[in-house]
Amino acid sequence: MPQVSMTVNGKPASGDVEGRTLLSSFLRDTMGLTGTHVGCDTSQCGACVVHVDGEAVKACTMFALEAEGAEVATIEGQAAPDGTLNAIQAAFQEHHGLQCGFCTPGMVMSAAALLKDNPKPSEAEIRDYLEGNLCRCTGYHNIVKAIMAASGQNVGAIAAE
Amino acid sequence: MPKDHEGIGASSKRREDVRFLTGAGNYTDDINVNGQAYVHFLRSDVAHGRLTKVDTSEAEGMPGVIRVFTGADFEGVGGLPCGWCVTDRHGQPMQEPAHPVLAQGKVRHVGDPIAAVVAETAEQARDAAEAIEVDIEDLPAVVDMKAALKDDATKVHDDLSSNLCYDWGFVEENREAVDKAINEAAHVTTLELKNQRLVANPMEPRVAVGDFNRATGEHTLYTTSQNPHVIRLLMGAFVLGIPEHKLRVVAPDVGGGFGSKIFHYAEEAFCTFAAKAVNRPVKWTSSRSEAFISDAHGRDHVTKIELALDKDNNFTAIRTETYANMGAYLSTFAPSVPTWLHGTLMAGNYKTPLIYVNVKAVFTNTVPVDAYRGAGRPEATFQLERVIDKAARELGVDPIALRRQNFVTEFPYATPVAVEYDTGDYNGTMDVLEKMADLSGFEARRKESEARGKLRGLGLNCYIEACGIAPSQLVGQLGARAGLYESATVRVNATGGIVVMTGSHSHGQGHETTFPQVIADMIGIDADMVEIEHGDTANTPMGMGTYGSRSIAVGGSAMVRAAEKVINKAKKIAAHLMEASEADIELKDGQFSVAGTDKSVAWGDVTLAAYVPHNYPLDEIEPGLEETAFYDPSNFTYPAGAYACEVEVDPETGKVEIKRFAAADDFGNIINPMIVDGQVHGGIGQGIGQALLENCVYDESGQILSASFMDYAMPRADDVPFYDVDHSSQTPCTHNPLGVKGCGEAGAIGSPPAVVNAVIDALHSGGHKVDHIDMPVSPARVWAAMNA
Ligand code: FES
Ligand code: FES
Repeated sequence: MPQVSMTVNGKPASGDVEGRTLLSSFLRDTMGLTGTHVGCDTSQCGACVVHVDGEAVKACTMFALEAEGAEVATIEGQAAPDGTLNAIQAAFQEHHGLQCGFCTPGMVMSAAALLKDNPKPSEAEIRDYLEGNLCRCTGYHNIVKAIMAASGQNVGAIAAE
Repeated sequence: MPKDHEGIGASSKRREDVRFLTGAGNYTDDINVNGQAYVHFLRSDVAHGRLTKVDTSEAEGMPGVIRVFTGADFEGVGGLPCGWCVTDRHGQPMQEPAHPVLAQGKVRHVGDPIAAVVAETAEQARDAAEAIEVDIEDLPAVVDMKAALKDDATKVHDDLSSNLCYDWGFVEENREAVDKAINEAAHVTTLELKNQRLVANPMEPRVAVGDFNRATGEHTLYTTSQNPHVIRLLMGAFVLGIPEHKLRVVAPDVGGGFGSKIFHYAEEAFCTFAAKAVNRPVKWTSSRSEAFISDAHGRDHVTKIELALDKDNNFTAIRTETYANMGAYLSTFAPSVPTWLHGTLMAGNYKTPLIYVNVKAVFTNTVPVDAYRGAGRPEATFQLERVIDKAARELGVDPIALRRQNFVTEFPYATPVAVEYDTGDYNGTMDVLEKMADLSGFEARRKESEARGKLRGLGLNCYIEACGIAPSQLVGQLGARAGLYESATVRVNATGGIVVMTGSHSHGQGHETTFPQVIADMIGIDADMVEIEHGDTANTPMGMGTYGSRSIAVGGSAMVRAAEKVINKAKKIAAHLMEASEADIELKDGQFSVAGTDKSVAWGDVTLAAYVPHNYPLDEIEPGLEETAFYDPSNFTYPAGAYACEVEVDPETGKVEIKRFAAADDFGNIINPMIVDGQVHGGIGQGIGQALLENCVYDESGQILSASFMDYAMPRADDVPFYDVDHSSQTPCTHNPLGVKGCGEAGAIGSPPAVVNAVIDALHSGGHKVDHIDMPVSPARVWAAMNA
């Protein structure tokens, strides 16, 4: 079985994988990083979004071997070492942007990628960007709101608090 | 005051969020038991056929294969039980087919499991499953419900007399009176409609991990369930014959349910059974594709409704005829959905004196259908609110005025369909809606849309639902094979901290935050001193779980009852410590005091005394401070609301865009407004999904055409707007201690009719006299209706 090595959340990570092993399986099964979720088998749901070399990637669409030498960031590496939530995570909690939590890691990782490129996205830009992230619980209201808040926008006027 | 210690009424931030936001949640697929093997199910790819050969010999020799199971291995094992027996119009019990864990003799829907491979890895199990040789003699597939009831239809179950599960009439005694009222009415509005088949699609697919401890003889099942105790009872007693004390069922963090994780599924029984048979833990993780053909589906009703009005536009009678698809087998609560969760709601918010509901439940070669968010109540609301809208248009009256004129205004109100509404204020709730939705500004907005070449429509909807399921004796009479109480144990520790063990289950609802808010209020302590445990039969009392918007109304009430017992005992201890009479003891802000004196002892002093009973009334009471309560509600709760949706229809393409959505709900008292808002948002999102996008489609051969997220249109962030929600209209429930009604399903019940009514209104504004469009109201359907 081939070996793969990469950096995950700043630490070296390696393991034996099959050619068909997905990055999502490598992270979950080999690395025990179960925060990356798998919600579909057609690359539609976005529960598995991680960052590979700074870009948002659906970890279920990439073979582990393709991430050889890459810098991978997952939900487990987003909070500060002392546990303090980052701005996006904190906004999700503050604005109730999650219910069951299953879509949440992918949402947070997608939001981070969006805000890196577009620090003050409009509501429409956020909704458009989240096209690849399904949430069945929240009706998206509080997710969009949380991302707007995380980007420093005033969300007080948005309907319903 | 309450807000300071995050009690009732505070929008406390959720404590469960931190683990979910940091990837530290513990979902069933995150659980790996030492030495586990993996299972892959070989499922039927045809809708209906006779199994003539299942040859596993090649698969058994494949790398990593531990054992291959077929239906033959389950011959001595019970089938999956149905938890509700409906009695038909003639007093006969429904037809109830066997539901084997693995198919025996026949396959009856695409996805029916034929065999299961247990192997060292998931990939090896999958590879080996492909090597199983199966011959199936094709039989004609029964897909259309009306065709299924024809005399010459192929039978889904050879041993049943037909494909009719039951023909239910409700209230049967009213049938003739309803017929007469409709014949004599000044006006009758008729509508035929479909409530399409949906797939619940919680984002977490189902998972089951079975484990067997040979030394103790104990089975453990980790499963994605909304009600682990129910699974333990059904699987233990009816399928595998394992007594409860040898069977532990754990439902850890669960990634959404929406009903689809209520039911006992074959994969749970298989993993439990196989773990003992192969002497290894056995894990199954559903793929999404597998979920589409193995999770119970929802809705799938075809209905004709007639609404009779007198010359003054008062509703005089309602008659409905519904065909309800059961699929190929009876899922756990399937028979109750089109009957007791649907017929009983046909009065809606209105004082219609005569109602008759006929439901024919039908077996077809499709995935079983069962409860999905709202379960029966969305179907009832959709018919009623669509037909009222049509009646208003036919009569040329304002749809809000017509509704208001017919609202129930006096409570309690006994409907002609067996339920009694305890409280409500439908006019008050409508007032809230009219204001928040700025309905008076609609015409101006319509003009503005028209100036841009768009058709704007306004759709109204009122709903009522029966939640807080349910009074056990009542549902027992109606055919439920289980009680529907809830339980809680309140364990106070020596230093005053509290653990509440509830039979209720949270899979997104936020119990870990809201339940402590209630206890914090009752005792006057910080909510952080209270912890909630749920989801593990080993440490929670027997409880019925979470569905039907019942957690706070029933589970919360059980917790309150247990906490009251704790407080009563603590008062006895406090009285002893202060040498006062128990009757004079007051508990406030975490302090026990003697009325009229300045004597007091703290909560922690009393709890410590309970466990270190040196100075303690041992001759009167036992040490310790831990109480359990089972709460059986005396009635359902009746949340109600008024929703308004504004859409724009593009006349060129038929595309519908939701511009505004306002929801005014009466949930009675509210524990955590932030969480209630979130529940309503989610429900509306799903309701909009049903109204505009989602559709589970079978072709004539019984092949499912929408079996992945590529073909089944889930609502995405850019399909929905921000929602305006308001819960200021509050009539507290009169019969539970918190005055709460439940909020989990409201949005999914209230939103689809509002959206469709808005689309129809938009089309009429453009001169298109369209009476109805079936959901999903897709661009193609809207365009076709406009251009018919
Ligand atoms: S699991 Fe990767 S997109 Fe669904
Ligand atoms: S929070 Fe449950 S799927 Fe998004």
